[in-house]
Amino acid sequence: MTASNQEVSLGMPQLPAPAYPAEVLARLEADAKEVIARYPGSRSALLPLLHLVQSEEGYVSRTGMAFCADQLGLTTAEVTAVATFYTMYRRRPSGDYQVGVCTNTLCAVMGGDAIFDRLKEHLGVGNDETTDDGKVTLEHIECNAACDFAPVVMVNWEFFDNQTPESATRLVDDLIAGRTVEPTRGAPLCTYKDTARILAGFPDPRPGAVEASGGAGAASLIGLKLARGEAAPQARVVGPRGETPRGTKDVQPEDAAPHDPSPTEHLSSHDAPQKTSASDPEHPAGPAAEEGE
Amino acid sequence: MTLAAEIDKNGTSPEKLLAPVLSAFWDEPESWTLDTYHRHDGYEGLRKALAMEPDDLIAYVKDSGLRGRGGAGFPTGMKWQFIPQGDGKPHYLVVNADESEPGTCKDIPLLFANPHSLIEGIVIACYAIRSSHAFIYLRGEVVPVLRRLHEAVREAYEAGYLGTNVLGSGLDLELTVHAGAGAYICGEETALLDSLEGRRGQPRLRPPFPAVAGLYACPTVVNNVESIASVPAILNKGKDWFKSMGSEKSPGFTLYSLSGHVTSPGQYEAPLGITLRQLLDMSGGIREGHRLKFWTPGGSSTPMFTDEHLDVPLDYEGVGAAGSMLGTKALQCFDETTCVVRAVTRWTEFYAHESCGKCTPCREGTYWLVQLLRDIEAGKGRMDDLDKLNDIADNINGKSFCALGDGAASPIFSSLKYFREEYEQHITGKGCPFDPARSTLWADDKDDKNAHRGVNA
Repeated sequence: MTASNQEVSLGMPQLPAPAYPAEVLARLEADAKEVIARYPGSRSALLPLLHLVQSEEGYVSRTGMAFCADQLGLTTAEVTAVATFYTMYRRRPSGDYQVGVCTNTLCAVMGGDAIFDRLKEHLGVGNDETTDDGKVTLEHIECNAACDFAPVVMVNWEFFDNQTPESATRLVDDLIAGRTVEPTRGAPLCTYKDTARILAGFPDPRPGAVEASGGAGAASLIGLKLARGEAAPQARVVGPRGETPRGTKDVQPEDAAPHDPSPTEHLSSHDAPQKTSASDPEHPAGPAAEEGE
Repeated sequence: MTLAAEIDKNGTSPEKLLAPVLSAFWDEPESWTLDTYHRHDGYEGLRKALAMEPDDLIAYVKDSGLRGRGGAGFPTGMKWQFIPQGDGKPHYLVVNADESEPGTCKDIPLLFANPHSLIEGIVIACYAIRSSHAFIYLRGEVVPVLRRLHEAVREAYEAGYLGTNVLGSGLDLELTVHAGAGAYICGEETALLDSLEGRRGQPRLRPPFPAVAGLYACPTVVNNVESIASVPAILNKGKDWFKSMGSEKSPGFTLYSLSGHVTSPGQYEAPLGITLRQLLDMSGGIREGHRLKFWTPGGSSTPMFTDEHLDVPLDYEGVGAAGSMLGTKALQCFDETTCVVRAVTRWTEFYAHESCGKCTPCREGTYWLVQLLRDIEAGKGRMDDLDKLNDIADNINGKSFCALGDGAASPIFSSLKYFREEYEQHITGKGCPFDPARSTLWADDKDDKNAHRGVNA
């Protein structure tokens, strides 16, 4: 806990957010200028600028929000209001790799719940928590527009399709061990910070990133192949999806006791009630400067 | 004779029933590049459009009968026509690529495999409505698609399809790709505009409609990705070709996304009006040993259907007449292993999480729906909770600021209509009678001795 946090807990006003070091500031200012120039109205640059400051620190800090406010002539309150509305902006330092398991209805039913449970157990963390080595932040996410590849896991917003608890466990083990991980659809993983820079509108500079993983995914092509008479409908159009799971949990007998969902199965309960910046002293997002300063 | 032709004896030949247009070359090794797009008549529609007067172009698209593919089905040409001309204000085109409706997965594969169809459509639309700046609002959580859009836009500038004096037409056009930051509500067009202006994504009161006061209070067209991407083919192959598919009121082709407990989940591009039975017949049906229990015609916000509705024509009128909405044509199929209470609870948790908080019926209503549903699923519900669910949903539906509230009410109403007994079972049996392990992708895996072996085991 930092000194400024303690002041909050004593009911004292927060000190202004520390500024970026001069070198960082100069670099970000140049980037910000480029972002702002894309829009007829400067405030439109706020979402990309928040992605930009996230690419600097891995989360949206008070310093980052003060920077955005400065660049756009907004108050820090206006920036904070926006930064806290959108779920992709992190409010505290997190892992290099954000592992998001889709637990919206379709993926959940197809196995997303089982994958999420397995990863929590395997990593020893809960929702929106980071492993001790700072590598992996585990999250459950909402529908990511890949339902024909269910169950889906996203790592730094690249697609890992048709996952099983076993494949997802291997995936996080590889991430933690620093082995190269390639998504089903998308480019070889970069860090969360690098991803945030792409989201700010700066194209991925890595050679081969755009063409990585090839054209459309297998499921996207099924209708096309059938239309050409290339696919046999009764035989599976694609090979069996996923891999043979190992160690799948024993299925309960037919006469098992009614399934009693634990609170953790209610996935949004991880999100609600959300602590607000004011009531959460560990994650301050308060005004970076006092009124009138 | 091909296998597909053999099946045609039953009237289900995929070659006859499907019509790949946008997806026609997705299997090419570099389908997303300008080179590939050129080899498939890329930007030919634009050349034809630029040879027309803008007003004639709007009339042409209107005559084609193209309707919005984002859910509401509003005629695309009419939206363009609403833009006041000669008003001295800048006009904007904003493409809604915030695809987040649960079950919906058509725009993301389309943009991943064929981004130039969207860019060509954007140039055509901007020429028609006389706009010199367009935006693609892409949801942030799809970085692989963002990469390809960045690259496709770069290619289009380099080739002279964007920038100053496009193909010598006098049209100047800037195109900005804008990544969102994770908020389902930004798929609602006025919330999207607020978000694009750098604000919290909360819907605006209408009127004024975006056509009059949209982005920066200027006339703005907001169209779905697939709607705009369909325009180049209409221009290139003609409106009569387009109208030769589908029905009179729902003409043309569209992407159907099959997902869930089916043998072959994926994208199926077909004329409007195909049925789920036809799609399942050609693609191997529901996964082996199981049967269809319930499905959504167009995402979780469209009232669910059951196996009674397999022959409903999947077009705007057909689905509407059967009591639901075509929506995004996201056909999420669930078999008999799936607990409908669990499914609806999870969707409702989603709506509660994504409610923007602006209006009371949605913010409070979705919260209380979740509390009741969690209790019912856990076997702690009471019989009168079911009426209470219906009552709360009724107080959200039609009384919320935007369609998110109506969407949240849909699964409640429709599941109570078709599966009230199942809710009652949870209450009388004091728990959920279903085993979630049987619903998983790997539940019936024959190679796994631990896994369940299907319904008849």
